[in-house]
Amino acid sequence: MALTASGTTARQDQGGASAPDAPRRPKRTVRLTSRRPLGAARLLGPVVVLVVWQVASSTGLLDPRQLAAPSTALRTGAQMFADGELVGHLLASARRAGTALACGVLLGTVLALLSGLSRAGEAAVDGLVQIKRAIPTLALIPLAILWLGIGETMKITLITLSVLVPVYINTHAALRGIDYRYVELAFTVHLSRWQFIRRVALPGALPGFFTGLRLAVTMSWTALVVLEQINATEGIGYVMTKARDYGQTDIIVVGLVIYATMGLLSDGLVRVAERRALSWRTSLGA
Amino acid sequence: MADVAGSVTESTTDRAVVTISGLTRRYGERAVLDAIDLEIAPGEFVALIGRSGSGKSTLLRALARLDPDVDGDGRLEVPENRSVMFQDSRLLPWARVLDNVVLGLDSPDAAARGRAALADVGLAGRERAWPRMLSGGEQQRVALARSLVREPALLLADEPFGALDALTRIRMHALLADLCARHRPAVLLVTHDVDEAITLADRVLVLDEGRIRVDLPVGLAKPRDHEHPDFLNIRRTLLEGLGITRKDGRDVAAP
Repeated sequence: MALTASGTTARQDQGGASAPDAPRRPKRTVRLTSRRPLGAARLLGPVVVLVVWQVASSTGLLDPRQLAAPSTALRTGAQMFADGELVGHLLASARRAGTALACGVLLGTVLALLSGLSRAGEAAVDGLVQIKRAIPTLALIPLAILWLGIGETMKITLITLSVLVPVYINTHAALRGIDYRYVELAFTVHLSRWQFIRRVALPGALPGFFTGLRLAVTMSWTALVVLEQINATEGIGYVMTKARDYGQTDIIVVGLVIYATMGLLSDGLVRVAERRALSWRTSLGA
Repeated sequence: MADVAGSVTESTTDRAVVTISGLTRRYGERAVLDAIDLEIAPGEFVALIGRSGSGKSTLLRALARLDPDVDGDGRLEVPENRSVMFQDSRLLPWARVLDNVVLGLDSPDAAARGRAALADVGLAGRERAWPRMLSGGEQQRVALARSLVREPALLLADEPFGALDALTRIRMHALLADLCARHRPAVLLVTHDVDEAITLADRVLVLDEGRIRVDLPVGLAKPRDHEHPDFLNIRRTLLEGLGITRKDGRDVAAP
């Protein structure tokens, strides 16, 4: 205190005297994670884009031949639903995506278990999946058409092949990453190999599996877009291809919205399943 | 005390539960355990203390047969039905408390026995809880239930209370002493806490540089009074075995 200039000292003394009683602002605590889920606030970006888009269309800035107005697309979509035309296409797409997803998830999981639980399995499987991972699905289309034709089999096979990769990678990594302490525990309580798989390996790998599943679900829809433009007679992709030929930008927008909706919806479903299956990570009640 | 003593004489007439002779374990050139000889009688509670790096965990892991990759030799006989308690409770986070307790048991009455074991450690009613909902002390009690439900002939415990606060630790001492008096497994408790060793054990070993330097029976009546002169004498002997000497009214550690 003696070293500070007299004026400063005086002010500091004053502050010091009143400090214990003065209400202080709550101290900011360090947060390592975000406070709360965003909730509806995350819609802000999409809503802004939508408004700008609508304004641009209404004022004539945006040519409907380039992109239809959101309101036009909404009317067209409602009309197509009312006609019942869209529902059939939607079901066809959902069936394709669902079948391929089921196959891919099953295959990816089985391969991950083979590779994650035995060295021989890893030697046999891992290299192949890594190679598949490096090859884009699009590049497989020519061969797939030669081998499997242009029908459903080819489409479902290709989607299955893309979907199994994220399921495999994440489940396999989770199996490999199981805490060695639990392996020791399993030994000390004399778990059999099968009991170890059922009680330790599988539940321990479940978080990884769900990460893979969420990627796979979205991927099954995106792969569908491309494949439904090859020799399809039904499905959302077919509707969009046809609309392109006729320059119906409103129908293209409807198709895009449907793809986005289906992708988000199925991702949401997986998240619900994930929360239930992994309730041990978050739940507080017994 | 009389009936407990009776059961002890009965069981000590049996062969030793643990027989170790010339046990050596090496990490590279360094012998962490250097030709150890040790016998543990049925129902005997042995505490193993030593400075960090003295090899006490290595010895316990050898007894648990958790060291298949460690280089060494010597004779080691341990019972097949042995349980291990680790410093961490090592509960599977994705299994409910009861499922953790009966992990690996497949007898039809496993669930009933698991419930009884949980009641024994004072956790009746928490069967369906997830491990992360429990406090550290409660988790370690579940681990104790998981060990004892197997009715082991040998309980190996590697600093099981090391991560608990002092108050919880005292409660766990009483619980462990009580349960061991009832189930009478042979126990090898690894600890760095001299008082914990004297409070619980029938016999305390001091391990130093891979050899057993002190092998001291604790003949005090239980429950043990920490202020009793005999307790303090034993404490002094063990501390000296650990290289801690009394100088000018203070404990001084050897360099």
